[in-house]
Amino acid sequence: MSTILEADHLTRVFSRGVFNKVHNVAVNDISLRVEDDNPSITVIAGESGSGKTTLASMLLGFMPPTSGNIRYQGQDIHSLKGDAWREFRRNVQPIFQDPFEVFNPVYRVDRILTQPAKLYNIAETDDHALELVEEALRQVGLRPQETMGRFPHQLSGGQRQRITVARAFLLKPKVIIADEPVSMIDASLRATVLESLRELKTELGISIIYITHDLTTAYQVGDTIYVLYRGSVVEAGDVEKVVQEPSHPYTQLLMGSIPVPDPRVPWGENLAPVSARDERETATTGCAFAPRCPNAFESCEIKPPPHYGLDDGRAVMCYLHEDRPVTNLDSLIASKSDTPN
Amino acid sequence: MTTGNGAPVLQVKNLTVEYETPRGKLRAADNVSFELWPGQRFGLVGESGSGKTTTALALMRLTQLPGRIVDGEVLLDGVDLLGLSENRMREMRLAQISYVPQGAMNSLNPVMKIGNQIANGFKDHNTNIGRSDISDRIVEVLQSVGLDPAVSGMYPHELSGGMKQRVAIAIAVSLGPKVIIADEPTSALDVVVQREVMLTLRRLQEEIDAAVLIVGHDMGLMAQFASHIGVMYAGRLVEIGQVIDMFDDPLHPYTRALIASLPSTSRRHRLSGIPGLPPALLELPGGCSFNPRCESVMDVCRSTDPDLDQIREGRFASCHLYSGVGVGA
Repeated sequence: MSTILEADHLTRVFSRGVFNKVHNVAVNDISLRVEDDNPSITVIAGESGSGKTTLASMLLGFMPPTSGNIRYQGQDIHSLKGDAWREFRRNVQPIFQDPFEVFNPVYRVDRILTQPAKLYNIAETDDHALELVEEALRQVGLRPQETMGRFPHQLSGGQRQRITVARAFLLKPKVIIADEPVSMIDASLRATVLESLRELKTELGISIIYITHDLTTAYQVGDTIYVLYRGSVVEAGDVEKVVQEPSHPYTQLLMGSIPVPDPRVPWGENLAPVSARDERETATTGCAFAPRCPNAFESCEIKPPPHYGLDDGRAVMCYLHEDRPVTNLDSLIASKSDTPN
Repeated sequence: MTTGNGAPVLQVKNLTVEYETPRGKLRAADNVSFELWPGQRFGLVGESGSGKTTTALALMRLTQLPGRIVDGEVLLDGVDLLGLSENRMREMRLAQISYVPQGAMNSLNPVMKIGNQIANGFKDHNTNIGRSDISDRIVEVLQSVGLDPAVSGMYPHELSGGMKQRVAIAIAVSLGPKVIIADEPTSALDVVVQREVMLTLRRLQEEIDAAVLIVGHDMGLMAQFASHIGVMYAGRLVEIGQVIDMFDDPLHPYTRALIASLPSTSRRHRLSGIPGLPPALLELPGGCSFNPRCESVMDVCRSTDPDLDQIREGRFASCHLYSGVGVGA
């Protein structure tokens, strides 16, 4: 068992202000691991402001963590240089949320596909490169004749997103970090693109870190899930368990809020009413979710709970599971890698 | 559709919107006809480019060039909105028919306090209302969407996305309109906030017995919010029915595929999208626009475009599979 990408106790704090510094902990002590010989889809789920995009930026090496470290094949990514850095770049590929922001507006979209094909010596000839590019475009449901030669502003958000997915197909990296890769794609095509992500795993052995706020798609494609709330992993474990029997009150709230595509199922019938709140509210000294939690009691306000380990291998950061042994995300990872995919 | 009481509040007849493009005219909404009854929540669903937003904007007469409404009637309580002068139409907007745009973040004026933005509606539509009455009404309106009256003195940047969307809804219902049109009102919101905002909209709509036309592509949201659904494909309305009927027994093969492609949270399965791609409106296939992607395609589908016929009580579909089974042609 070899580890390709590993994050250890990542924390990222954003500070603003000069004299009275305000610290915002965007990512709080998160560890995760991607194995080389056991391709998997790890879901990072959370609402806006949960820190999921910050986590993605750190894993891609775009942003250094405030503490903790990220290792690629055992080496700290911020110590990689030259060829080693290029190899990391090639093998850990992003798929972004709004590809409009990453496309260079003055180049035709072909460039984002042909350029890396040449740069990383994937194609021997120009014709071969074109063939591979067209194949990749068709794989994500795009017509090559309608996309090649266009400028980014001439394509819809969904089309641009699919081009970045096609790019991942083309490069066949070892790990893909996909930040809301289908948020702008219509429901009917979303299934196609998600299915192609799953094929990347099963057929090409590519591991994916799938970052989303959508637990329905997370459930469909994911193996392991980390549910984030205000930077902390509040529940983590096997996606089947977490979705079917959510144990943290926040996961329960998320699951209960999903509009089920069945008009006979009342929307959120089992949800306890959430206390009135200001959505912008920031940290307390206790559990970050306590102000919104229907189960909150005194100790929740004082000190944030540790992770407690459930029998099925899940880690839940909530005092409701105080009778369980205290655990951490490292042990979750260890137990996870024993189970075959 | 005979579910409401009395008469339909909005009748849309043969509404057609065309866009002038360098490569020719395209029909973004083609012969769209449907009715809204008081208290009804009508969900207009379809892929991007299917004409749902075009239709919604045309109902408000907010179609912008190069788009043009070339045909049809929009009867609000019997009055054709398309025939009104621009001034009369201005009076109708907000007071009779209001609009919640996509992405509330951009719909509010960033340099005007929330209270003033709500007050604008009252001032524009009722000059007799006194200053103190207006502030009372602002408080009422904010409370109706679950916001603190203090929000009145804030600017949009001080509010979260969910709060801004509540303000947009508060403005839309403030004058008690008969019809509320909401275009993907929660597409930018998190799932928890989405539910709270949609339940607020539903409560207010029920209180004033307004009809809601909600535009979107999330079938889950439609299943939970809408009482009726209209499915659009390539500018055409291809199926209409009550939400439960529609999910139990989708008639049009496109609706069937749309429902079958929905991911579920109760069961993991292989995801199947709808094969093929939505058509380019400038190069529509002959006959039924859906025929290249249709599982049940027949010869007639490639030559003749089916009409939207009533298949049975409350159910309309535009598909040759049902030609001959309709009640009255």
